Amino acid sequence: MSAPTYPTARTMSSAERPPRSNARGDRWVGWGDRIYGALITACALAIPLLLVLVAAIIARSAWPAVSTVGAELVTGTTWDVPRGQFGALPAILGTLASSLLSLIIATPLALGVAIFVSELAPPAIRRPFAFLVDVLAAIPSVVYGLWALYVLVPFLREVVMPFLGDTLGLGALPLFKGPAYGPSLLAASLVLSIMILPYIAAVARELLQAVPRSQREAALALGATRWEMVRDAVLPYARSGLVGAAILGLGRALGETMAVTMVIGNRHELPSSLFQPAYTMASLLANEFNEASGALHVSALMAVAGILLAITLIVNAIARWLVWRMEART
Amino acid sequence: MRSVFPLTALALALLLAGCGSSDRPEPTEDAAAVDLLGAGATFPYPLYARWFNEYAQQSGVRINYQSIGSGGGIRQLIAGTVDFGATDVPMTDEEMSRIPRGQVVHVPTVLGAVVVTYNVPDLTEPLRLAPDVLADIFLGVITRWNDPRIAALNPGATLPNRDVLVVHRSDGSGTSYIFTDYLAAVSPAWAAGPGRSKDVRWPVGLGGKGNEGVAGQVKQMPGSIGYVEATYARQNRLPAALLRNAAGNFVAPNANEVAAAAISALELVADTPDLRLSIVNAPGADAYPIASFTWMLVAPELIGAQKTRALRAFLEWALHDGDSVAQALGYEPLPTALADRLLGSFDAQLGSQSAPR
Repeated sequence: MSAPTYPTARTMSSAERPPRSNARGDRWVGWGDRIYGALITACALAIPLLLVLVAAIIARSAWPAVSTVGAELVTGTTWDVPRGQFGALPAILGTLASSLLSLIIATPLALGVAIFVSELAPPAIRRPFAFLVDVLAAIPSVVYGLWALYVLVPFLREVVMPFLGDTLGLGALPLFKGPAYGPSLLAASLVLSIMILPYIAAVARELLQAVPRSQREAALALGATRWEMVRDAVLPYARSGLVGAAILGLGRALGETMAVTMVIGNRHELPSSLFQPAYTMASLLANEFNEASGALHVSALMAVAGILLAITLIVNAIARWLVWRMEART
Repeated sequence: MRSVFPLTALALALLLAGCGSSDRPEPTEDAAAVDLLGAGATFPYPLYARWFNEYAQQSGVRINYQSIGSGGGIRQLIAGTVDFGATDVPMTDEEMSRIPRGQVVHVPTVLGAVVVTYNVPDLTEPLRLAPDVLADIFLGVITRWNDPRIAALNPGATLPNRDVLVVHRSDGSGTSYIFTDYLAAVSPAWAAGPGRSKDVRWPVGLGGKGNEGVAGQVKQMPGSIGYVEATYARQNRLPAALLRNAAGNFVAPNANEVAAAAISALELVADTPDLRLSIVNAPGADAYPIASFTWMLVAPELIGAQKTRALRAFLEWALHDGDSVAQALGYEPLPTALADRLLGSFDAQLGSQSAPR
């Protein structure tokens, strides 16, 4: 009964009002738009402003070290706090090496997970499987660290490292030389790859699922097998996004601190072998900032933070550029 | 300055006594007036938290403490954002000169010790180490467990033909400071090389974060050796090496041996007002060689007479009545005679500084 009368009542009242509400409302609507616009602009500006602010604060705090230590910060290999030597090159290279290694390990796996979930998995296990992979991302990094310290590292030391080094005879290669401590660049890269895998997999899965059905059906109609369909129709369609997904993972690997600190061995030495302890910038900050001795030490750590920030920004810029280039091509 | 020292000290002591008795009837009013804020070392934090809690219940004086690390405590004190600091590493003269007004008094609160822990398969007796051997292990000079110098100290023990894997702290830490302070005291090569600091450039080994990081690595890695804080080692029943002390005896890091280190070290410096004392390698027959104080840092002129009095009252309570709490938590309280002497010395320093109030 009331359902049909309600819309009429509403149109009636709004039809009656126009002259008055227009005169006042226009002005009000104009103001509302302006306030809304200003508010949104302010919110949007706040984020880049925050970045600028962070960079400015880091730059200011890092200045004493930059002016006294200079280029030594980036090129020096000796980190000797009591003697005021702050060469962060081992940590910089350690960060890059562990992150890139983890990306190399994680990307194919994550892509496999995404393809399985979006293309191959029977609908019944698709959701639980995707959920389980997502849960990996929710595990706190300290838990990964503990697991790595008590399970992964002993496994590497007792099984993997002797196997690679002695049984396969790879120990002669510089990449695999050195005693099997356990905590090492390899251990850190493996933990990192597990940690970034769910991020890459989740984004890749969304991208693959967003590929139009028609794309797949066209490939299948042309006689493609399932694998050919994925390889030639689905993956190229999502390619630029997939690169972005991998870079997202890289960004996370660069900044990961806790788990890496627990298994990388924290040694200020240029990473030359997968088996040797190394260092990353994030671990260095986590380790030394709390109990930094003296103003120069704090300042040098701030400079390391600045370098880390710069590297993450550069990595993201490269990712953006890659995505743009690929979008332009397709 | 020196000559007015005893007089002002006496005056202050009388003043303190007077204040104490007149304040006592109305503790609540006192509490409203003085709430204290402190920050610093993490090592004594569990103890301080309990002390402050119990003291608040008894006296009504609330003390808030944030365990941000020794370095942070010193920085906050210099910045004037806290009423007192706490540190495992005494302030340097340079740091003390940056205090905006007056001077800083170092007040020892409890004793700490560092234990050398190890993982040597097949070793049944506790490992025995001499200072020079320990230093050479951490310098990377001794690299095998069956080195003749280790074997000579451990007659009858089966030492494996394995690499010595050194584990040290990766985070800046008072524990590292005490340990390197000891190595620098007993080994000229260490003093000239890595030196004493919260973070040194370790010649060999790998870094673990925190006591738990070092202990975790040592527990897992056969052939490893590392150092951890004594209370942590005791709570986790880690193997502890017996160390040969300055008197030539092999001693374990037990309560009596640590206390003996403090007593014998203080005997050497009978009347010093400056309590930034290193008690490593102490001369006593039973003294455990890697021991240290942990300090509260008080800058009387920075916080004014009222807060200084409140802190003095707390310290009086903590160093006497707080003993049992300290022991229950696995800390080594200062021996009573020592506590009295330290409080006296604190008063003396206080007197010399806050006289022109």
